[in-house]
Amino acid sequence: MKPAKFEYHAPSTVDEAIALLVRYDGDAKLLAGGQSLVPLLNFRLARPAALIDLNRIGSLAYIRAHDGHVQLGAMTRQRAIEFSPLVGERLPLLREATRFVGHLPIRSRGTIGGSIAHADPSAEYPAVLTALDGEVIARGPKGERTVAPAALFETYLTTTLGADEILTEVRLPAMPAGAGWAFEEFARRHGDFAIVGVAAAVWRADDRVTARLATAGAGATPRRLRASEEIVERDGLGDAAIDAAARRASELVEPDSDIHASADYRRHLTAVFTERALKRARERMRG
Amino acid sequence: MADIKLTVNGAVREGRCEPRKLLVDFLREDLGLTGTHVGCEHGICGACTVLVNGEAARSCLMLAVQADGATLTTVEGLMRDGKLHPLQEAFREHHGLQCGFCTPGMLLTALDLLRTNPGPTEDEVREGISAVLCRCTGYHGIVKAVRAAAAALAPRS
Repeated sequence: MKPAKFEYHAPSTVDEAIALLVRYDGDAKLLAGGQSLVPLLNFRLARPAALIDLNRIGSLAYIRAHDGHVQLGAMTRQRAIEFSPLVGERLPLLREATRFVGHLPIRSRGTIGGSIAHADPSAEYPAVLTALDGEVIARGPKGERTVAPAALFETYLTTTLGADEILTEVRLPAMPAGAGWAFEEFARRHGDFAIVGVAAAVWRADDRVTARLATAGAGATPRRLRASEEIVERDGLGDAAIDAAARRASELVEPDSDIHASADYRRHLTAVFTERALKRARERMRG
Repeated sequence: MADIKLTVNGAVREGRCEPRKLLVDFLREDLGLTGTHVGCEHGICGACTVLVNGEAARSCLMLAVQADGATLTTVEGLMRDGKLHPLQEAFREHHGLQCGFCTPGMLLTALDLLRTNPGPTEDEVREGISAVLCRCTGYHGIVKAVRAAAAALAPRS
């Protein structure tokens, strides 16, 4: 269980890293926190010609507020997110989801950019990105572009990022003051990959409810539950409307069966966690 | 080959290895620090957990070359002046180990937990140590030990 040979590069700038990606023309892998990639290397399921280690690029680790958004550098560690006062205040849904990301020592190394670029559909951050209508910044030899989650996640472990592009930043709109939130998930053991998870946020402005819902683990990509959101936005956050939204949620997802759970069970869990998440978010909502 | 210079348990150590060498293998084979155990080698069991710049991390999921310039603590670095660390003392007192295979990882994971949460509840201890698999104890003794250590390590007011 040792990695196959590779050439190792640890550039100090994003531009150098992009130049290396161009040079290896698809045969290099970017190394972020390594909590998913290094197991694949150890098993030799991945045998890239080169590793481009992003851990020496200090400029990729930051959390800052800007223009109604919170910007998180791709190499921001999950433990930094867990303890960030700014995240706690502006993005409590992200903070709550972080507690479900792996285990403590995984979060010491794991990064938000790595988690999103890895695109495991059962991972928490892709669901939060999807629920909150965030976007990622990708930089390549031709410059920067912003990518919305629906255009980013293609299928299991696959994004639309080019082989010469680096995900450099995650941008999430700050949640409105008074918003309620909840992240609910079922896993066999705390810290294991979710069988199904649901991210929810709700807030009220001018007597109108806005709801945000997305799933993890209920299909090949995170899924925004727009039709369920519309039910509570139209009918409010009473128990009957939440029940209807939860039932609708189980029809919106397209889960697969695997060794961990059947597709039917995942649909069932989607409804259960949509209901629980909306009810807990409702309790936390102010105003 | 890559040259690596790092501080381990307060001492500057140097080595030279292939970039593909895992940090845990570098610690054991190149530096002779065999207290850090190799379990699953893919980030599940937690036996190889060490502190990297003060934070718990799995040394089977880091390359040795990535630790160049870092400050590490391994289980060998916990004793002071020939005395067990209060956390080790608590593990002994509360039967926090049987075979001892997971113990290095348990200790260093628990240290980082107590650093960021000095007075954890039982649930919080269980969540924290869910990072490390123990096949002997059923975890009860470990949970007791970590909570006892929290009390022993708490700053006296």
